[in-house]
Amino acid sequence: MSAPVHPRSAPTAPGRAIGADLPRVDARAKVTGTATYAFEYPVPHPAYLHPVQATIARGRLTRIDTTAAEALDGVRAVLWHGNAPRLRATDNAELAVLQSDQVFYRGQVVAAVIADTPEAARQAARLVRLDYDQQPHDVDLSPHRGDLYAPKDDHDQGDLEAAMAGAEHALDATYTTPMLHATPIEPHTTTAVWDDSGLTLYESTQGAHFARQELAPLLDLDPQRIQIIAPYVGGGFGSKGPLHAPTVLTVLAARAMFGRPVKLALTRRHMFDQVGYRSPTIQRIRLAANAQGRLSGIGMDATVQTARLAEFIEEATGPTESMYAAPHRHIALRAAELDAAVPGWIRGPGQCPGMFGPEVAMDELAQACGLDPIDLRLRNDPDHDPATGKPFSSRNLAACLREGARRFGWHDRDPAPGTRLVQGWYVGTGVAASRYPVVPPAGPSEATVRHLHDGHYEVHIGAADIGTGAWTVLTQIAADALGAGVQDVQVRIGDTALPEASVAGGSTGTMSWGSTIVAAARAFRDRHGTAPAPGAEASAPLPDNPATEQFAMAAFGAQFAEVHIHADTGEIRVPRLLGAFAAGRIINPRTARSQLIGGMTMGLSMALHEQSIMDPRFGHVVNCDLAEYHIATNADVADIQAHWIDEEDPHVNPLGAKGIGEIGIVGTAAAVANAAHHATGVRVRDLPLTLDHFLG
Amino acid sequence: MHADITLAVDGEEHALRVDTRTTLLDALREHLGATAPKKGCDHGQCGACTVLLDGRRALACLILAVAGDSCQVTTAAGLADGDTLHPLQQAFIDHDGFQCGYCTPGQLCSAAGMLQEAAQGWPSAATTDLTAPPVLDDTEIRERMSGNLCRCGAYPGIVAAISTAAPHTGVPEGSR
Repeated sequence: MSAPVHPRSAPTAPGRAIGADLPRVDARAKVTGTATYAFEYPVPHPAYLHPVQATIARGRLTRIDTTAAEALDGVRAVLWHGNAPRLRATDNAELAVLQSDQVFYRGQVVAAVIADTPEAARQAARLVRLDYDQQPHDVDLSPHRGDLYAPKDDHDQGDLEAAMAGAEHALDATYTTPMLHATPIEPHTTTAVWDDSGLTLYESTQGAHFARQELAPLLDLDPQRIQIIAPYVGGGFGSKGPLHAPTVLTVLAARAMFGRPVKLALTRRHMFDQVGYRSPTIQRIRLAANAQGRLSGIGMDATVQTARLAEFIEEATGPTESMYAAPHRHIALRAAELDAAVPGWIRGPGQCPGMFGPEVAMDELAQACGLDPIDLRLRNDPDHDPATGKPFSSRNLAACLREGARRFGWHDRDPAPGTRLVQGWYVGTGVAASRYPVVPPAGPSEATVRHLHDGHYEVHIGAADIGTGAWTVLTQIAADALGAGVQDVQVRIGDTALPEASVAGGSTGTMSWGSTIVAAARAFRDRHGTAPAPGAEASAPLPDNPATEQFAMAAFGAQFAEVHIHADTGEIRVPRLLGAFAAGRIINPRTARSQLIGGMTMGLSMALHEQSIMDPRFGHVVNCDLAEYHIATNADVADIQAHWIDEEDPHVNPLGAKGIGEIGIVGTAAAVANAAHHATGVRVRDLPLTLDHFLG
Repeated sequence: MHADITLAVDGEEHALRVDTRTTLLDALREHLGATAPKKGCDHGQCGACTVLLDGRRALACLILAVAGDSCQVTTAAGLADGDTLHPLQQAFIDHDGFQCGYCTPGQLCSAAGMLQEAAQGWPSAATTDLTAPPVLDDTEIRERMSGNLCRCGAYPGIVAAISTAAPHTGVPEGSR
């Protein structure tokens, strides 16, 4: 099955596609429900898989009794470490599913049932009996543990202690963000077929090639014998970036059922222990400033958790390294290895939680200095990257703060906290900065341009559109690069049969795939001119960008929130959220606005609702469904706006575009927390902003 | 245990034999190959499986297929009139009321059902005057659509789309 194409787009004039407000090329398929996601491909006579999970957090399986499960009508096999196909060991132990008797966390898959129907698979999974040699587990994250380690080098400059001691204003406070889950509405899903032609996966993934690259060595299989198909993906937000164990489990089942398709869709509960999470963070922030609010010292000591099974580090100190400059800085990251599931990518890894503490601390410092929080940030806006000393390719934080303030109506703000009571609600406004770096793509990309006939082109690249609008903006980029209209260009994505593309991660998609398409279009014109024959084609890889060595590159933004908190109940509402961003050239304002607003909405959700609660007695997340892990609903989002300034950055890439998929979630929660303080005078340093913070 | 049932899905009659534990959602997706109703949580908590059951919005994951025997099911695929999109579908495209598209068919069915509920005078938690027909302002739409989660955060587009399309959906006047 080949990657789908869509009805031709509304026309654009040649060279006018970039910047045009175009509807999504996949819009019609999505509103009619005909877009096929990974579980929905018609495969003949599929078998269904249901995992069996460990009920202890640490120990060893001593016995697995599959008798009752196997006796059930419709059950084809029960896989466990004693009979599962062998995997070759790789450096990612998370993927070594059903390979040993060891239990590393509660919820780890230790067996799986393959049956003719989903009902039988599920029932049989509950009949598998497990006996363990249980050992004490440890899931307590604390900055005071004796076994913390440094996953990266500390950043030390000057003498922070001395700067704190001698400062006019010194702040030393600790902030926390909870465990968070990505929670795409489409659970992770795999349909696997292993037959004489090789292995075919219909997969919910942010990178078909990336997934194949991880899978092939595990299976000791030539990558050319694996095809992964993923044109439509029901949200990812990072969790569908790297491969996770359930995909490997489904592949093992398909191997065991050679020739018969096997399907696995995780349940919503599985989504809380199988596909990664954002580590909780504990952030001690120190700021030293003179009477005018100029920073002399910046400190961040962040503690995060990783897993005994495999390491993943939430680099929460990243933003502080590059955000503000001071002569005295100490930035250190520490990690604890716990008997918990493996953390992973969630939208804005490191950046998103790592801006919460610092941007609330800046608000506290502004108050201590008697300065407007925008003014404090403007006074400390560096002209060189404090981490590397390099000049910025462009840094328009100041412009975002000013433009956002103008649109939000910040200028006549009364700075006094807790003084505006309107019909029983305390009213406040707050601001915080956003930043997201220009991340190097996590792998190579290549694109092929083919002339069909009469000026109609196809462009092939194994990219992913997880809702970002990539399919649409790549069509626009290809059209301009070829001097055609978007109606003359069909882009195919989401299939390893297409040229290799890097994973949709780090907000790199438009930059890396778009630049690759531009290169391929140039190669096409160089070889075939402006009057190509039907069938003419050319390919090109993503070109190197030497400017990445010379400049520090990042997108910036400023977020503004209005918060109402009920004086009697502590209920918190956010009637207004406004972001102003500087993210280079915007390819499609419609999809860009949705990306930025989508990120801000997830940030609002993080501010108000989201927290995965770990029960230390058993070592698992207790609120593992959408009734108890709350994400923002329609009624939570009122007036939410995203704006951008015109930013020309000739250095980032040929398109002048920076990533926009993640910056929207960075800073939002701090803006809301700062507004809540302005409303009530209560300083909340621990997310989420539940109403109990504001009572008593 | 199995049972023989009939379902009319988007105007087409189907006779099928189902495990009595099979949900209406799994019957639609796994037995009939319907791709519009989505499974997001299987617990009635996300709304992705919303269909119109005999004209009213319902969560297909919370209904056993046997309980839907002889019912008329409309999915998002059945909202369109052949190649002509339903006004809500067109408005979702125009206002970018989705990103990944996975919650979208459920949002559309929910919106279509919600407009009928409002037309029939059903109040919501956001209705301030219970003696008058509800006025579907943005606050009302947000409240009435809050059973359909969208993790991409397309809510402003969804509200704008419903608000714009409502006068063109054939739902009686005086209720909006």
